[in-house]
Amino acid sequence: MNYNIDKNGFYGDFGGAFIPEMLHQNINELKKNYKKITSDKKFQSEFTKLLHDYVGRPTPLYFAERLSEKYKTKIYLKREDLCHTGAHKINNTIGQILLAKELGKTRIIAETGAGQHGVATATVCALMGLKCVIYMGEVDIVRQSPNVARMKMLGAEVKPAKSGSKTLKDATNEAIRDWINNPMDTHYIIGSVVGPHPYPDMVARFQSVISKEVKEQLFEFEKTKNPDYVIACVGGGSNAAGIYYEYLNNKKVKIIAVEAAGFGVNSGKSAATSQLGKEGIIHGSKTLLMQTNDGQITEPYSISAGLDYPGVGPMHAHLFKSERAEFISITDDEAMTAGLELSQLEGIIPAIETAHAFAIFEYKKFKPEEILVFNLSGRGDKDLDTFIKYFKL
Amino acid sequence: MNRIDQVFDKKKKILSIYFTAGFPNLDDTTKIIENLQNSGVDIIEIGLPFSDPLADGPTIQESSTAALKNGMNTSLLFKQIKNIRSKISIPLIIMGYFNPILQYGVEKFCLDSKISGIDGLIIPDLPIDIYTSTYKNIFESHNLYNIFLITPQTSTDRILKIDKISKGFIYMVSDSSITGAKNIIDKSQKEYFLRIKKMNLNNPTIVGFGISNSETFKLATNYSDGAIIGSAFISHVKVNGIKKISSFIKSIR
Repeated sequence: MNYNIDKNGFYGDFGGAFIPEMLHQNINELKKNYKKITSDKKFQSEFTKLLHDYVGRPTPLYFAERLSEKYKTKIYLKREDLCHTGAHKINNTIGQILLAKELGKTRIIAETGAGQHGVATATVCALMGLKCVIYMGEVDIVRQSPNVARMKMLGAEVKPAKSGSKTLKDATNEAIRDWINNPMDTHYIIGSVVGPHPYPDMVARFQSVISKEVKEQLFEFEKTKNPDYVIACVGGGSNAAGIYYEYLNNKKVKIIAVEAAGFGVNSGKSAATSQLGKEGIIHGSKTLLMQTNDGQITEPYSISAGLDYPGVGPMHAHLFKSERAEFISITDDEAMTAGLELSQLEGIIPAIETAHAFAIFEYKKFKPEEILVFNLSGRGDKDLDTFIKYFKL
Repeated sequence: MNRIDQVFDKKKKILSIYFTAGFPNLDDTTKIIENLQNSGVDIIEIGLPFSDPLADGPTIQESSTAALKNGMNTSLLFKQIKNIRSKISIPLIIMGYFNPILQYGVEKFCLDSKISGIDGLIIPDLPIDIYTSTYKNIFESHNLYNIFLITPQTSTDRILKIDKISKGFIYMVSDSSITGAKNIIDKSQKEYFLRIKKMNLNNPTIVGFGISNSETFKLATNYSDGAIIGSAFISHVKVNGIKKISSFIKSIR
């Protein structure tokens, strides 16, 4: 089985472009051009240079000694939290802004949940001098206020999404509506491996730099490019796609995807899409989706704004259905505890999204000689308010 | 003969009205359909509400949310339509996003559409290639017309392709916009209308999005075979209830 995208834009049964005609022209333009533009030598050298000089890549692969000792296995952390702006999101926004310029677009829109993608988009817009509008759910604007301030400081306009659950799903709806209204001058920088084809593949390619680096860096430590496990949290799934990408078709490397269970998978307040979702269409893509029997999309819940999404990228839906990846659901409490533990064992405060991945040890045992690579996708600065309230710091 | 073809054979300057099923009240669906027919409307588009209507502006978003809160769902809608169909002679079209139809089962949806007397479907997020490869046979075996959209950005080649596989009519989105966005028609839109008119397509065209009153209806139908009013009608019903439908329709033509 092949786990990459096929020529029709599907991962197995999932993906495609279920879009209204109003988006056809723009999506088709991207579909026809994204591979050609991004594989062009000039594009590649500019992309690589910016990732190196501006983002600070390669990010370190760090052997987490104390954490390894505690769980009696070999744990490596891919330090995406050290990227400029504090998360892996900027790998994709650098790629897409270069693409947007190549396509002659002058205005950028984006959706954001935790605000990390919004900040990463506002950052590259400032860098390139392009107009920037960020859609963010009203609820998320409150719980991620430091990121809202950062976006404004970077010159972006932050527009609240006031419909539905007022979180990431609704911000994405608003961004898509904006694109329908502004088809000529605007490029939509989607922040995750979701949305209509070619977005999931395009974003995964831009994020694949993560696993490309892991291969080389792990070889330095272990004389092998292949860990036993690659592990990441999954909301839409962009950081996961990045760390899985080079290993998708290499079955020696096992894949673990960690979802947000919120108050618990069966609590009615959860975002564990693989457990609660059925096949359906959200934001132009066929995937696993939390919905009612009538096909109405339901409102997810997670303490982390970045995992609070009722769908999952089509690549991940395929990895789940084909059993290529093992999915584990982690509650708010488990994630918060794991975040505190990582802070105090390794001196790294992770984003709450990322913290979910570090809570799997309750559910999964590893052998001492096994090599685990976690994608430490983002840092916890933006979540300090939530940490302060939760732990009464 | 499909009722949609009959209407275009007999009439000119078709007026089509879109409304959200189950809004303002759950039982209003049948009353609105009856009132619209009695007021002289030519085609009715019944909106199957969806939680995440991507191509719709605030008016239809709000009416959809309210309808879902009222308890509207796919099987109930079919029941309501079946009850009223014997009294209604004009074409009825269901307009809905693809996910609720997919969950109901496309084949079952088509069968129940046929049984309840639906003449066509408009599914904005079901793209042409997937329709053609996967669902066309099912639609056609139930004598359902699938209505496609074109926009100012749709290329000539694509318009010709859409014309070739379309039946009934082509839904001409008046502007690069979501529904209900504005109430005027500007010069570039007129140029687009004229461009399409000059193409002499096999199918009739009906203009929708941004048609809200007599002025915009008349302007649009100078270039096309008809026009669709959605958001403006829903706003009217929201304020006035279902009693003053005929005065709204009379104000249009």
